[in-house]
Amino acid sequence: MTVIQNITSHLSVKKAGIAGAGGLGSNVAAALVRSGVGHIVIADYDAVTESNLNRQFYFEDQVGRLKVEALRENLLRINSRTNVEARSCKITARNAQSLFNSCDVVIEALDSAKEKKWFAEWMIAHFPFKPLIMGSGMAGYGSPETLRVQRSGNLYICGDQKETDEKLVPLLAPRVIMVAMMQANLALQLLLKEKP
Amino acid sequence: MIITLNNRKETFSQQEMSITRIMDQKSFHFKMLIVKLNGILIPRESWPLTVVRDGDRLDIIHLVSGG
Repeated sequence: MTVIQNITSHLSVKKAGIAGAGGLGSNVAAALVRSGVGHIVIADYDAVTESNLNRQFYFEDQVGRLKVEALRENLLRINSRTNVEARSCKITARNAQSLFNSCDVVIEALDSAKEKKWFAEWMIAHFPFKPLIMGSGMAGYGSPETLRVQRSGNLYICGDQKETDEKLVPLLAPRVIMVAMMQANLALQLLLKEKP
Repeated sequence: MIITLNNRKETFSQQEMSITRIMDQKSFHFKMLIVKLNGILIPRESWPLTVVRDGDRLDIIHLVSGG
């Protein structure tokens, strides 16, 4: 077996949970599927809009469709053998357990800081031993050196953690996708930790 | 006291301090924060009463909208 075959066969039995299918979630999902992660659970309640196309992994002809359904289609075009569980729902205390219980790693890819905080606290309380990879701070362009990973136990935070004014500093593809790739890269590192 | 704040050693002249005082001194003035002391999540209402001592590990994470 070659090294890449060894990695993909190891990843093929792993399951990644992704909370949110926006700029972070859609791009993380694509990178994980390309790497060979066999099982993906993705939850989001939104539909694709025109303004999403500047950074999210969707296409013009998918505007108006549910994100999780459009994403599932795109992911299966990369690797049709991937098991993609697309859940069109808002993540709540009622469904979070069943969504992420069987995941080896969970990626937080929500939009608002309030939702991020709720989700992190819920995960720490209910799944303290499951790695949670969050994204925080990625607006604007330039300054790639400010993007970093902070670790606190099983919690990992990717981004610059800098507050900006949404109207003055918009979200653009490169920095959003860089943070998404930091999250995907960390997920692979954690999933491949016990690789033989 | 010397503590580990966000994975870095930090020295304070006081022997013990509340989480709120450390935040004031180190200028953490954001709205959405996650605070962990020695790995345990500390809710916002407990910050003024929670005492940090020499050798403790304090993690303060800033959550920003956008994703």
